[in-house]
Amino acid sequence: MPKDGGIGASSKRREDVRFLTGKGRYTDDINIHGQAYAYFLRSEVAYGKINGIDTSVAEGMPGVVQIFTAKDFEGAGGIPCGWQVTDRHGQPMQEPKHPILAEGFVRHVGDPIVGVVADTLEQARDAAEAIDVDITEIDPVLDMRAALADGATKVHDELSSNLCYDWNLGNSPEEAEQVMNSAHHVTTLELTNNRLIANPMEPRVAVGDYSIANDDYTLYTTSQNPHVIRLLMGAFVLNIPEHKLRVVAPDVGGGFGSKIYHYAEEAFCTFAAKQCMRPVKWTSSRSEAFVSDAHGRDHVTTIRLALDENGKFLAIHTDTLANMGAYLSTFSSSIPTWLHGTLMAGNYTTPIVSVNVKAVFTNTVPVDAYRGAGRPEATFQLERVVDKAAREMGIDPVEIRRRNFITEFPYATPVAVEYDTGDYHATMDKLLELSDHAGFEVRAAESKANGKLRGFGISHYIEACGIAPSNLVGQLGARAGLYESATVRVNATGSISVMTGSHSHGQGHETSFAQVVAEMIGIDEKQIDIVHGDTANTPMGMGTYGSRSLAVGGSAIVRATEKILNKAKKIAAHLLEASEADIELKDGTFTVAGTDKSVAWGDVTLAAYVPHNYPLEEIEPGLEETAFYDPANFTYPSGGYGCEVEVDPETGKVQILSFTAADDFGNVVNPMIVEGQVQGGLAQGIGQALLENCAYDENGQLLSGSYMDYTMPRADDVPMFKVDHSCMTPCTHNPLGVKGCGEAGAIGSPPAVVNAVIDALQRGGHDVKHIDMPLSPDRVWMAMNS
Amino acid sequence: MEMNDSREISAPPQVVWDALLNPEILKQCIPGCQEMTGSPEDGFDAVVVQKVGPVKATFKGHVKLEEMQEPSCLTMNGEGKGGAAGFAKGAAKVTLTPSDDGTILQYEVEAKVGGKLAQLGSRIIDGFSKKMADQFFTNFQNTLHGPEEEEDITDADDGDAPEEKKGWLKRLVKS
Repeated sequence: MPKDGGIGASSKRREDVRFLTGKGRYTDDINIHGQAYAYFLRSEVAYGKINGIDTSVAEGMPGVVQIFTAKDFEGAGGIPCGWQVTDRHGQPMQEPKHPILAEGFVRHVGDPIVGVVADTLEQARDAAEAIDVDITEIDPVLDMRAALADGATKVHDELSSNLCYDWNLGNSPEEAEQVMNSAHHVTTLELTNNRLIANPMEPRVAVGDYSIANDDYTLYTTSQNPHVIRLLMGAFVLNIPEHKLRVVAPDVGGGFGSKIYHYAEEAFCTFAAKQCMRPVKWTSSRSEAFVSDAHGRDHVTTIRLALDENGKFLAIHTDTLANMGAYLSTFSSSIPTWLHGTLMAGNYTTPIVSVNVKAVFTNTVPVDAYRGAGRPEATFQLERVVDKAAREMGIDPVEIRRRNFITEFPYATPVAVEYDTGDYHATMDKLLELSDHAGFEVRAAESKANGKLRGFGISHYIEACGIAPSNLVGQLGARAGLYESATVRVNATGSISVMTGSHSHGQGHETSFAQVVAEMIGIDEKQIDIVHGDTANTPMGMGTYGSRSLAVGGSAIVRATEKILNKAKKIAAHLLEASEADIELKDGTFTVAGTDKSVAWGDVTLAAYVPHNYPLEEIEPGLEETAFYDPANFTYPSGGYGCEVEVDPETGKVQILSFTAADDFGNVVNPMIVEGQVQGGLAQGIGQALLENCAYDENGQLLSGSYMDYTMPRADDVPMFKVDHSCMTPCTHNPLGVKGCGEAGAIGSPPAVVNAVIDALQRGGHDVKHIDMPLSPDRVWMAMNS
Repeated sequence: MEMNDSREISAPPQVVWDALLNPEILKQCIPGCQEMTGSPEDGFDAVVVQKVGPVKATFKGHVKLEEMQEPSCLTMNGEGKGGAAGFAKGAAKVTLTPSDDGTILQYEVEAKVGGKLAQLGSRIIDGFSKKMADQFFTNFQNTLHGPEEEEDITDADDGDAPEEKKGWLKRLVKS
């Protein structure tokens, strides 16, 4: 019998009332009296030297308030990178300056050069068109291999090369090589993880406001982590102390990682607001988003897997080139390293794992985390090479995985992480059951009779989320801690406001976090509200990304609520004239154990604020507690994904007939929300596998710069999903036993889709070993017919 | 974007050469050309209104003529700025060779676009350029020699009223 409230209940998402009725309040809905509008003149060329900027005509145009170029930001810092990676020689990564407006050079199409502030957006645009920027074009650096060649043009003159870092993790390449040389079989696969553009439904917006009365600033922005923006922008860019800077991220219409980072436009609007003595608003157009939101993925990898004669994995070696784009975005450097290399062991007991990553600067938009962030890249390589190895050795793809699954926990991998718990055979069993794997051959025969090729593909992923222990990430180069915070404020009549440092932009925190507190106290969820997104009324928190909100933020809420309950028990004991040790809490009522003496939640909370009969000598009045939670480890969700496709041999068109996800997320607070999160992730993973591709031409112009050319998955591109999370091995180190579910779908699905297509082609007699994503009809058809 | 093609024009090379260097004739022949001024020595300044896919813009550009060998070959180097719509620039190497019916005009064009034009229009830029070239040479042929009988409106997909222009061009050639 499903619960109707608290942990485990599929409570309806309370935030959907406003989202579905158009009553959300997004950053673009914020308009401040007297506000002016910013428009950015952006580079139309991929690389060039700025010889001069003539703003004289534009300055005299109607409505123009002020025009800014790089020289107006001479006193400001550059946009900082939040993670310093140390290379394999012990040297820090090369870190170029990332100015707010282009300084001397433009380095990608979309690089902002001039910011125009005017009374209206139209006037700002018109003025921008009258600005003459004299640029001498330089042949852009686009291909990663060419970028690393001797004598290649440098994206940043001040750096020694286009190599950001050359980084190793795990066993030495020599150790891996030794195993490869003597192994029974080695499977090699070269693959590309296609570059993606996040495309949240709401484009980015920033509104800067300065109050001369208080000498303080407010920035309203589309962010997944307002405190992080306040810290980065205040301390590193504009030199504004925290108490003079408030950052508000109200309703945010999706982020998928692209709204984690501190962007130049945020600093610009905040800075310009004081210069112009007017609020300054910038709203990205969709076209602008394509060339200014951080992109995702873009790895080129060679992976080798050594096996013994029984299909046991002996060693993995990978060489990856990771595109950083023209500048280092906030978390860019950590994605191909600590969020990617650490996952290269997968679910398997491979004793030797050696990872090398070279991060490369190119004249493209900066690349950073996108749903999954490094882990999809790791999973894709591994689950593809395992499938290829199975085929080469004539072992069933399910069987080869089972022979290598880790079964004893905790398990320390060769790549720096320790899995606390998991049961990979259980999720594999569940996957095979739900996908009716046993009946596949019958269905394949039916497809064949209809002239179609049917294939089944499996992927069994692991990810590390709940990022993460501050002391660990600090050693790895993070320039911030990665704890989370919560303040639980109990009001006099018993209702509760929970201020969380996490940020919800579609994840349903307002519902699921309330369920956690309701469960702990035993009161109705409706008594609890979740407050987030404003640095003025939430404790310092690191925000939402890396599937960390429930595991880390939820745990902080648990810790704060525990403090509340400890104090409430003291009050109850006083009111009931009993010993605190004898007080029990059930369904919102405090009882003296073994008696019928009780006091209700509301009476205790009232006593805390009206302390007439109260143990004032022992405890303070009031009932409000804050907790910061810093976990002991990452969490390690895992799961078995299965994709069944049909390929039309005439056209190369792939149709996904069914997709099954059997995940282990540990404990689940709201199964309905978890299912929704998985479905969204799957749609994005299928988008990457079949449709989406960010393409530049040889001049560095973005070819996939609109929805005419960048193909987002639509309803008829995805099947009805079968999503299950009944396999639960609770996380061992957080109080909820939860692991995180936000990214799993996007991490596990691309290799399942590609494995399925390869399976279909192989069954159809086409010896196709690999096709790079997206598996568009032309690529599939070419592979079949070449 | 690269485009290599040739056309036969029923006029001798010297006539073709003179026409190619005549701003008035260029203005009549370049689709969407609003203004064309200048000289072969100083180059030409042009204003062209065009729609590439969803991007419509007024392009202001300058064309320089280089490597001129009268009347057999020349190179045109040009760049047009379309404001918020982006830019287009490129070079065309034109060779004129005498033929039985007049002149073989051979051209090798290398062009690139940037900004919104590239972001929204790249997919169709090859087709667009080909169409522009076809229209130009059709207009050029007509200007020099009057329209060919069978060459009725081939560009009926474009509503830019070429019929009207044709009659006007014919009159111009006569005058």
